[in-house]
Amino acid sequence: MTTTHCPYCALQCAMHLESGPGGVLAARPAAFPTNRGGLCRKGWTSAETLTVADRLTTPLLRKDRGAELRPVDWDTALDHVADRLRAVQAAHGRDAVAVFGSGGLTNEKSYQLGKFARVALGTSQIDYNGRFCMSSAAAAGNRAFGLDRGMPFPVTDLDDAEVIVLAGANPAETMPPLMGHLSAARLVVVDPRRSGTAREALRRDGMHLAPRPGTDLALALGLLHAARLEGLLDDDYIAERTTGFAAAWRHAAAWWPERTEHVTGVPAAHIRDAARLIGTAENAYILTGRGVEQHAKGTDTASAWINLALSLGLPGRVGSGYGCITGQGNGQGGREHGQKADQLPGYRRIDDAAARAHVASVWGVDPDDLPGPGRSAFELLDALGTDTGPRAMLLFGSNPVVSAPDATRVRERMAALDLLVVADFVLSESAAMADVVLPVTQWAEESGTMTNLEGRVLRRRRATAPPEGVRTDLEVLHHLAVRLGQPAERFPTDPDLVLAELGAASVGGAADYSGVTPERLEAGEALHWPVPSGGGPTPRLFLDAFAHPDGRARFAAVDHRAAAEDTDAEYPLLATTGRLMGHYQSGAQTRRVAELADAEPEAYVEVHPDTAARCGLAEGEWATVASRRGSTVARVRLRPDTRRDTVFLPFHYPAEQAANNLTNPALDPTSRMPEFKVSAVRLHPCAGRRGGEDR
Amino acid sequence: MSHQPRHVVVIGHGMVGARFVDEVARRDPDGDRLRVTVVGAEPEGPYNRILLSEVVNGRLAEADLALPETVMPRLTVRSGRAATAIDPAARTVALDDGSSLDYDELVLATGARAVLPPMPGATVPSGAPAEGVTALRDLADCRRLKALVRPGAPVVVLGGGVLGLEAARALSQTGARVNLVESSTWLMRRQLDQDAARVLQGHYNRLGITVHSWKVAVRWIPGTGLELDDGRVLAGDALVVTAGVRPRTELAAEAGLDVEHAIVVNDSLTTSDPRVHAIGDCAQHPGGGGGLVQPGYEQAAVLADLLTGAAPHARYTGARPATRLKADGIDLVSFGEPDAEDAETVTVNDAHGGRYAKLSVRDDRVVGAILLGFPDSAATIGQLYDHGSPVPQDRLALLLGGALPDTSAEEADPDATLVCRCNAVSRARLESAWLDGARTKDAVAAATRATTGCGGCTRDVNALLSSWNNGQPAPTPA
Repeated sequence: MTTTHCPYCALQCAMHLESGPGGVLAARPAAFPTNRGGLCRKGWTSAETLTVADRLTTPLLRKDRGAELRPVDWDTALDHVADRLRAVQAAHGRDAVAVFGSGGLTNEKSYQLGKFARVALGTSQIDYNGRFCMSSAAAAGNRAFGLDRGMPFPVTDLDDAEVIVLAGANPAETMPPLMGHLSAARLVVVDPRRSGTAREALRRDGMHLAPRPGTDLALALGLLHAARLEGLLDDDYIAERTTGFAAAWRHAAAWWPERTEHVTGVPAAHIRDAARLIGTAENAYILTGRGVEQHAKGTDTASAWINLALSLGLPGRVGSGYGCITGQGNGQGGREHGQKADQLPGYRRIDDAAARAHVASVWGVDPDDLPGPGRSAFELLDALGTDTGPRAMLLFGSNPVVSAPDATRVRERMAALDLLVVADFVLSESAAMADVVLPVTQWAEESGTMTNLEGRVLRRRRATAPPEGVRTDLEVLHHLAVRLGQPAERFPTDPDLVLAELGAASVGGAADYSGVTPERLEAGEALHWPVPSGGGPTPRLFLDAFAHPDGRARFAAVDHRAAAEDTDAEYPLLATTGRLMGHYQSGAQTRRVAELADAEPEAYVEVHPDTAARCGLAEGEWATVASRRGSTVARVRLRPDTRRDTVFLPFHYPAEQAANNLTNPALDPTSRMPEFKVSAVRLHPCAGRRGGEDR
Repeated sequence: MSHQPRHVVVIGHGMVGARFVDEVARRDPDGDRLRVTVVGAEPEGPYNRILLSEVVNGRLAEADLALPETVMPRLTVRSGRAATAIDPAARTVALDDGSSLDYDELVLATGARAVLPPMPGATVPSGAPAEGVTALRDLADCRRLKALVRPGAPVVVLGGGVLGLEAARALSQTGARVNLVESSTWLMRRQLDQDAARVLQGHYNRLGITVHSWKVAVRWIPGTGLELDDGRVLAGDALVVTAGVRPRTELAAEAGLDVEHAIVVNDSLTTSDPRVHAIGDCAQHPGGGGGLVQPGYEQAAVLADLLTGAAPHARYTGARPATRLKADGIDLVSFGEPDAEDAETVTVNDAHGGRYAKLSVRDDRVVGAILLGFPDSAATIGQLYDHGSPVPQDRLALLLGGALPDTSAEEADPDATLVCRCNAVSRARLESAWLDGARTKDAVAAATRATTGCGGCTRDVNALLSSWNNGQPAPTPA
């Protein structure tokens, strides 16, 4: 039996993997603070991913775009990749090769991928799918606190809260075991949908505020306004521990509850009630999720919620606080170790000379040889195959043709590359487009570390040998680096060696991992970063001071602005996207698990019955949902408790059922997050598909 | 840039003038296209006039009303300076310090001033308010009022429109004894029908504010109070006049621009002179919107689109007027034309419960509504009105219902047949596990995974187990 952690979300539930009948591994929950013996259905069935029928066990290669992918041996595949990368860079420069990573990769892989890009390829063009996930909250957290750790407190601190605000978060569906920590509190759920979490809030005497998509920034300002007029602000805390309140208030001052109602559709009376509920609680937390963050103003929206938390004196105190609920399994660690376009390991900035010098010395290279900042994720994808953009891309742990916004365009850009190399364990939709596919290990076949939503570094343990022919990502990077002329020892394949190097690179950085060792992890220490070498972990940040030089948190002077796209006569409805309990991300893993695929086999669209009737649609019929960018088909589910102006689609499905065919790649100016959560759409019956078919 | 940025002069640094500058800064953050000079007569920077009543009741301080400072290169703010004349031919504005400004484009955002009634005792010969009398239009008025009012002292508010009702409520919160006088037949005559106004009056009476509708004030007697046309005298240390405003149009009229009730503008917010524009309360557009801040904001955005060149085809096509009373404890909103002709109307008059609702629909769209005491449907109908969205078939349900239907969580749960949603475990599946020997929660969890997700069903599972283990038939979940 091996005890490890779930392959999916950032809660990183602990589980035991042991052989059942026929030697097949099965998962069952293990005792651990985050999941306390619980698992959701994705966790229970996770071991099935280890035996999927279409597992890749040999590299695949196509000679040219018209050809079929054919099995080849590893040397052939890697030689081909190295030769083509060299040729592309010789012809078009170092930045002609891009690297795209993932918030699902271990810390060691994230680190090594960033190093590989900057050192072995010398390219600035590296970013990752976490840009679509955590970037807005990260930017807002850095701005406010001087440091971004999703939850700057252990998740178990939530157990004793009196009130918890969940803004744009739906853990009842996306992270069920987290709900166990929210069961004592009254919940205030902010979501355009009557989500499972919203229903749970109402069931327990909490509140559900349902703003029009794209207006939650105004709602946060309105709540601050109402709290101030009710006399609920913590003036002493504001004076002693923060700066910038006056400038932030000047914006909030314009959002009196009645005006906020006008823009958000949330009744002014509910805004006042919610402000009173949150502001009078002894112990309150404000948590944000993707609903707040995945907007072209996601950073400012997250800042507005942080402003509310600061004005009530919540952050940096035991028993209250602000946190963002990280999504991907290693969404936290993935943003700290240098696979972001603007970062180096230890959560350092790549444009900071001291950071460059330090990291270059660990890597044994000249700081001047390190590239500068590159394009952010969508900008990178959008530039592929263009005159000024990369001609080749290496893709690890991500499936952007399903998960990136404006998926049709992303598919076109990827098709325009001279070379696409994808490392994955199955032929995902993105891998199917590749010139070279490299079969790699998955979670239970490898070891490494992950950093969960509370900033705790965890041990991922190998429970079974990978199928023959499969290599780890670290091995792939090692062999490619050697072929590209790097010394073999610079790219080790042992994850513990990489962890040690990562620790050295992170020394003195914001996310200091230098004290994280395999021994301490084995001993079960709760290693919340920063963990300086020889020092203790940091379960709670900011208790004495925030991480800015003056020790104070900073209010951000943010104002509401409209979504990048509004409704009009042609596209009269708003579409918003999200996750289902049974699926994860692009569904490349979960759609291959029979129980999960059977439960939610196809895309659907939640529609208010009035709206459906106007569009000529009834329950169970197939609808075409169209935006200015593309269209998708989904089966209609009538929901009388949803807003009439809003439809919802899960984004886990590929091709003609991809919700991201609709989404808007308008980017946040700070975080470069795309606007996944608001697209103007129209609905009509799907020609050629009629209700009842395909079911 | 090879060409010089064009110079825009804004006269008036109130909410709409400041908003215009902010909208320009959003479109031209580097000042490449425009150079802006703002002239404001008040000594303070721009502030949020809408919240004056919150200063009256003491919940905010004066400083809390300041509007955000716009940061933009080539922005000059001249506070405490008044424009005295416009020369459209020379494209210059004269200021009261004797200087003058050249402009390429001129924006008038001069707003409106409070009107003091032609009533004996209300004004001194210069036209200024007499002793004990004040309007409530700007910070100076607010200070004057605060100096006049003491807890327990009698105050009279003259004017039963939105501002008067908000002032009366704020004054009552300070402990003042408030009488409110409205000369027309009922309160908020422009936005409410008589039945709604009657219900509203009931709310005010319950809050201790005495309303005198259809009463004409004939004389202010300093130190005594306000004499009405029926001979009564309402005691008052102070008289707050909220009996209407008049657009500030003198500059425009003297410059020869077309002025009617206010400065006449077209869909480009341009006056009869193509280089002169007007927005906010001083402007008169065929689509209306005067007296409310939101239309002024919308005009500011359109004019910024046009003058920066960000959207050369932007047009202001009129307001969708919404009036929301900001008075603690009263939920009242009025949209559009509640009594529109040719409209189907649904009315609910619950005078006893202090609630009134009227919805007017034409061609499946909201053309007007009054919602008093219906906070949820006010929000929903407000959005339908604002976005011109179609109205649901069941009008009454819309009127009475909330933002979302008031179904209980269980009814609304699409998976209500499941005991454990997270792991999709039905009651039947639990029962069969029990029949197979699972007698404890942990055993049931191992067999079915129930309770291991969010844990929310633990109590239900324990209840089922205990009834089965005791040989009792389990109650069927409601």
